[in-house]
Amino acid sequence: MTLSLVPTEDETLLRDAARSFLAEASPVSALRGNRDSGKPYDAGFYREIAQLGWTGVLVPEEAGGSDMGHRAAGILAEEMGEVLAASPFLSTAVIAATALRQAGSDRLAQIADGSVTYALAVDERSKFSPERSALQAMRQGNSYRLSGRKCFVAEGSSADRLLVLARTSGSPGEAYGLTLFDIDAARTGVTPHRSRSIDSRDHATLIFEDVEATGADIIGEIDNGMAAIHTALNAGQAGMAAELLGLTSGAFAMTAGYLRERRQFGRTIGSFQALQHRAAHLWTQIEITASAVANAGRVLDATPEAADLAVSVAKAHATQTAQLAVCEGVQMHGGIGMTDEFDMGFYMKRARVGAEWLGDYGYHAARVSAARGI
Amino acid sequence: MLDFSDDPEVFRANVSTWIETHCDPALRAIPQAEREICWGGRRFTFASQAQQDWMRAAAAIGMTAPRWPTDYGGAGLSRLQEKIYREELARLNAPTPLESFGLWMLGPALLAFGTHEQKRHYLPQITRGEIRWCQGYSEPGAGSDLASVQTRAEDRGDHWLVNGSKIWTSYADQADWIFALVRTDREAPKHRGISFMLIDMEAEGVTTRPIRLISGASPFCETFFENVVVPKEDPVGLSRIVGELNRGWDVAKHLLTHEREMIGGGAQGLLGARSLGAFLADLDPEVLEDPVLKTRAMALEVDSLATAMTLERYRDMAKQGGVGHASAMLKYAGTELNKRRYELLMSVTGSDGLDWDGAHGSLPSEWLRTKANSIEGGTSEVMLDILAKRVLDLPSQ
Repeated sequence: MTLSLVPTEDETLLRDAARSFLAEASPVSALRGNRDSGKPYDAGFYREIAQLGWTGVLVPEEAGGSDMGHRAAGILAEEMGEVLAASPFLSTAVIAATALRQAGSDRLAQIADGSVTYALAVDERSKFSPERSALQAMRQGNSYRLSGRKCFVAEGSSADRLLVLARTSGSPGEAYGLTLFDIDAARTGVTPHRSRSIDSRDHATLIFEDVEATGADIIGEIDNGMAAIHTALNAGQAGMAAELLGLTSGAFAMTAGYLRERRQFGRTIGSFQALQHRAAHLWTQIEITASAVANAGRVLDATPEAADLAVSVAKAHATQTAQLAVCEGVQMHGGIGMTDEFDMGFYMKRARVGAEWLGDYGYHAARVSAARGI
Repeated sequence: MLDFSDDPEVFRANVSTWIETHCDPALRAIPQAEREICWGGRRFTFASQAQQDWMRAAAAIGMTAPRWPTDYGGAGLSRLQEKIYREELARLNAPTPLESFGLWMLGPALLAFGTHEQKRHYLPQITRGEIRWCQGYSEPGAGSDLASVQTRAEDRGDHWLVNGSKIWTSYADQADWIFALVRTDREAPKHRGISFMLIDMEAEGVTTRPIRLISGASPFCETFFENVVVPKEDPVGLSRIVGELNRGWDVAKHLLTHEREMIGGGAQGLLGARSLGAFLADLDPEVLEDPVLKTRAMALEVDSLATAMTLERYRDMAKQGGVGHASAMLKYAGTELNKRRYELLMSVTGSDGLDWDGAHGSLPSEWLRTKANSIEGGTSEVMLDILAKRVLDLPSQ
């Protein structure tokens, strides 16, 4: 099997269309506006991308989707990352769509038309490790009662529905015994506490107090929720890697632009070899991340059941490159890079959040090493 | 004979049968690492009759230079056919029938800049393995600043008189001819006074001296030219200059880009037979209980895989129209990664890796050899300069 990592004509058209749309619809100033008004994201923007077919990127055509695949989803995530566009795209159109599609859920149409948004409630501690979930789903007759706490839930205070990984048997640390529930976020007993997240986006801690769920709410098999969520997590991780790549390109474009115009000591600072070499090194890393991200999308489209390695290489490398890009971005801008008025700080803060979400560098490097016999 | 069918699957079957027919099973039984390369040339001694037969069979139908036009000794294969051919060679563990600087470097230069007559004369000698070429670029005073070459070729009417010296000429002591950058106009700006010249190593006044490296090996030589007479027109009526007089820098730049892609491509071996995982599996497992070594190995594997994907992506991009100066990125990333990899291998082997004749075979000399990767063909610093100026368009002042 040969998967070319070069974009197809359709992919190039999609990227160009996304880029020109986003420049108008969601420049970085939109994120600043959301922050200043306390909004998690702009609902109007999400409606617009639904109309463009983006929210249906992984939804089959018969459910109203555009079914363009994971590589296309990555291109959209990347373009949104470049301008830091905030929306529940990854949680809903990538993660939930993948899980629901695998389970044959009839809610896919609502994802495609943008009428329903999702949040993924997995984490319970400061590092990603889904199999350590302890949140209990106690069987009571024909129903379940969910009690416990989830943290770092992206879109957790604003999503319409929640995908919750809960323990129906076994103990924390065991992959078996977890079950994936798809429940209404407004269900009695669910209380979200939105954090003041550094990236100005919606991240919440969710408290579950005796929340009722039934067998109809279960996605996949009872006790086998890890299988139901596995590919969806990979899709989300690849999507986050793509967003980080876009973010990196956005930060680098600002930095390279500044190097070309800022003058000190009677010269343009971009003429100093010390800065040229650092910029060229960073560009090299961006090109390498771009390859890993394209590969993750290709592999998810071709063999979704065997995508762990490709996805983890992408997420780990994208995390590393994004960190370098935003640190160099602030340093090369000097004092102005530290000001809130300037956008680089938004890139730096989103990069830090993206580094942690769905597994940090260490988590993914360990998955790569295990797959490669190290 | 080989049927060059346009149907990829028919071609695959044909080329595979052809390899099995002409490449002796004994040659195919030799592991890649222990294989002796068939370099060809007048001074070359074949490792075996089978090696010679295989080279001749391939040369007879142009398969030593599969992509070159049939008029010039090649097989005229399409990119796809060449890819299939390489895949079948790998699958059958067959060696490439011939390797040489003629195939890698001079051939591409002649194809791009040579006259029809030069191509007709020189290229088939290369594809038949008759003439072995070496490259004369660097000089003791012209390393990274290659365009400051001082070896001069004075116009003496019907011939050039060449004086000077070249350094890092690979296998010059075994080569028949050299392609060299020489200064033909000392008044012109430095990039405009250089010509790309073909010189017979048997000409009077050409001498070589091997250079012993830190790895113990001597693949490179110094080559001296003392009043060497190079005819302006050969007995066969050919010019010894490739491209225009004084425009040899254009040819050199073209070839350097080509060379960079090849050296950067060396990192491809990162995913080859000796994977990091397989290498580590043969060691004392306690080694990886050291968290620092373990972390280094993990990070290296992430970077290796991502870089390998980048080589693949750029190879595909090159097929669709070229990558230009960005090839400097591959060279920079690939060679720096290879150095990191060998530093790690030396760390994990510990004192076992310090013996020239130790359990890990040629590991110490391989490790030392990698240090040249980021120097030869343009240093990492020169690559970063190229990227900054040509790709990122950063200002010069």
